[in-house]
Amino acid sequence: MPTSAAEVVFDKATKLYPGRPEPAVDDLSLTVPAGEICVLVGPSGSGKTTALKLVNRLIYLTEGEIRIDGTKIYDLDVTELRRSIGYVIQQVGLFPHMTVEANVGTVPRLLGWPKQRIRERSAELLELVGLDPAQDGARYPAQLSGGQQQRVGLARALAANPPLMLMDEPFGAIDPIVRARLQDEFLRLQQELRKTVLFVTHDIDEAIKIGDRIAIFRQGGKLAQYDTPEAILRRPIDDFVAEFVGADRALKALALRTLGELELGPPRDGPRATKDTTLRDALALLIDEHADIVAVTDADGAVVGSVTRDDLLQ
Amino acid sequence: MIVAAQFSPGTFVDAIHFMGNHAGLLLSKTGEHLELSGVALAIALVLALPLGLWLGHRHRGFLFAASVANVGRALPSLVLIAFGLTVLGIGFWNNTAALVVLAVPPILTNAYFAIDNIDRDVVEAARGMGFTERQILTRVELPLGLPLVVAGIRIAAIFVIATATIAAVAGGGGLGEIIVNQASYGLAGVVAASLCVSALAFLAALLLALVLRAASPRQGPAT
Amino acid sequence: MSVVFAGDPVIPNFGQGSACERNNGWFCTDWLHAHWGDTLQPALVQHIELSLIAIGIGLAIASALALVGFRYRLLDAPIGVLADFLYTIPSLALFQLLVPFTGLTVTTVEIALVSYTLLILYRNMIAGLDAVPADTLEAARGTGLTRVQTFTRVELPLALPTIIAGLRIATVSTVSIATVAAFVIPQGLGRPIFIALDQNIFKTEILASGLLVIALALFADALLVLGQRLLTPWTRVA
Repeated sequence: MPTSAAEVVFDKATKLYPGRPEPAVDDLSLTVPAGEICVLVGPSGSGKTTALKLVNRLIYLTEGEIRIDGTKIYDLDVTELRRSIGYVIQQVGLFPHMTVEANVGTVPRLLGWPKQRIRERSAELLELVGLDPAQDGARYPAQLSGGQQQRVGLARALAANPPLMLMDEPFGAIDPIVRARLQDEFLRLQQELRKTVLFVTHDIDEAIKIGDRIAIFRQGGKLAQYDTPEAILRRPIDDFVAEFVGADRALKALALRTLGELELGPPRDGPRATKDTTLRDALALLIDEHADIVAVTDADGAVVGSVTRDDLLQ
Repeated sequence: MIVAAQFSPGTFVDAIHFMGNHAGLLLSKTGEHLELSGVALAIALVLALPLGLWLGHRHRGFLFAASVANVGRALPSLVLIAFGLTVLGIGFWNNTAALVVLAVPPILTNAYFAIDNIDRDVVEAARGMGFTERQILTRVELPLGLPLVVAGIRIAAIFVIATATIAAVAGGGGLGEIIVNQASYGLAGVVAASLCVSALAFLAALLLALVLRAASPRQGPAT
Repeated sequence: MSVVFAGDPVIPNFGQGSACERNNGWFCTDWLHAHWGDTLQPALVQHIELSLIAIGIGLAIASALALVGFRYRLLDAPIGVLADFLYTIPSLALFQLLVPFTGLTVTTVEIALVSYTLLILYRNMIAGLDAVPADTLEAARGTGLTRVQTFTRVELPLALPTIIAGLRIATVSTVSIATVAAFVIPQGLGRPIFIALDQNIFKTEILASGLLVIALALFADALLVLGQRLLTPWTRVA
């Protein structure tokens, strides 16, 4: 898989465990376009993690097939397959007996890269995820904080420039403030790298923030809805999805768009907000200030237009 | 010297005959062996068990417990008995002292680590519910740490029974007296006594395994 | 005292030696000077040999058993029970029970010494391999390490501290039990102790030999600690 991003197709993928009547993943069909982040979300026991692990064959597929860039995953050698997929898990799973640099260099070493190139690649990746190669590279995982460990985990997964990344609740064990920062940095990285990413979480807010598309799973490993965050928030397909995304889904939908995306009215007086403020934050501002109109500014603070409360709620 | 022909598995047949012919002797030596081992183990338990449990409960004395374990293992039984002889002379108490010194380390160290390693959240929960320190130790930590505590006592018991055999060179009596006196009892007698003392060690180990099973809290089905 | 030995030349002569020897003093340095070369040093060398061979063979057998027990978990329990069985037999009795098969030979001694190393070595190997965190293993598999690579690059290095901890215990107890070998063969540091016991409990020789055994055990232990530090640098951080 030489491309920088790969399309992933689940085609009637089913996972049955012997002795259990209900499938863990039931007849799952969905296509993740190359270069997009697809978030698999659902309550525990809905099969989202199972679906993820089917892709790198940590769990054996019972029926149907999964294709990466058109190639059936069972046509590939399993270790080749795994080395071409970045894998990040919640517990990180860094190798405690290897330095950070050696951890990041794991797959390149397996692939037989020359030492110098591995070292350069490790340094490059550590910098990319916001760590200091000279200082942090020589440390052992036990010397890092949880957030730093997960950055290393991400760097390790990216080492061989895989076209596909599987991420299993990667920020789940990290405190909310650091989690938000890691999410932002991850999105910034993705702007640059444009990988195909399958991302499992049980947190719908994370799914909305991270995902280009969201696949919502329900009990029994069934796909309930697969769509963009906006579509899921505005048009939940049934009561389960509506309840899962939450009663505040209208507010969540507001958080997906910024003032700059609206048609602005003429400049008027009111509390000020920049163009990249989300509609949700703008609404909060109006409530706070007991106002009806937001004065929209550009990055330099010059008022370029206005938005009314009704515009926001449309 | 012993004749080469004696080195044959047939000796075990002779040993069985020896058991039949000298049952009284073997029984009385086994009794002595048990007395020496039992007294030493009891003293060691009284000395080491409360100390180990309490230190473990307080999470204090890690270095002490670890050193006792290391030094204890490095003390060869024969050397201890010989040292005892030079200091205390020949007799029951010389050997008892040596056996106690050998039995203390495994009991103390295992008791310490059994309690020290228990999940602190569980202990904190118990403390939060209003258990006294003593209740925490006896009702929470001891039941949870029991397997390791009993394992230590088991090792101590095996050590003591094995070393009580060697104690015969220092007039300790017991089955060792036959084992180290091939001149009087012949290889058949030596092998017979060796079988008896092995059986004794197995019975002690088995007994402690049963004690453990009887005392263990049920923790749901084994997985 | 009824320990029987083949003729032995080195006997502390209470009638002829220094005043200290004649009075059976606690630590007669002149006796040590006189008999280091003909008694203590050879016994020490033999003791080291006996111990090294036993630990080497024990390590090889335990490793093979651990590979089997780790790969085929059904066999783990039976192997453990067998090792436990051997461990429970009192050392002196095991020596004597082997004599009818292998005679008064080094083989008898080594079989017994090896038997005692197996339990702790095997148990610690399995425990160390089992203790490798599940997420580390999943990361290894997910990263594309083969089964063999996972074992040699992840499981084995991570199990090393526990394996070496077992090796330390096995080494120290082997050095200790090798003293008892003198009941069977005239070798090792147990021998001067027996001789001294037989010669009206000659204190100097008992103390000197006993301290040598203890020193040897502690020295070997220290060497292994050093080895572990060099081999597992990651255990000393944070």
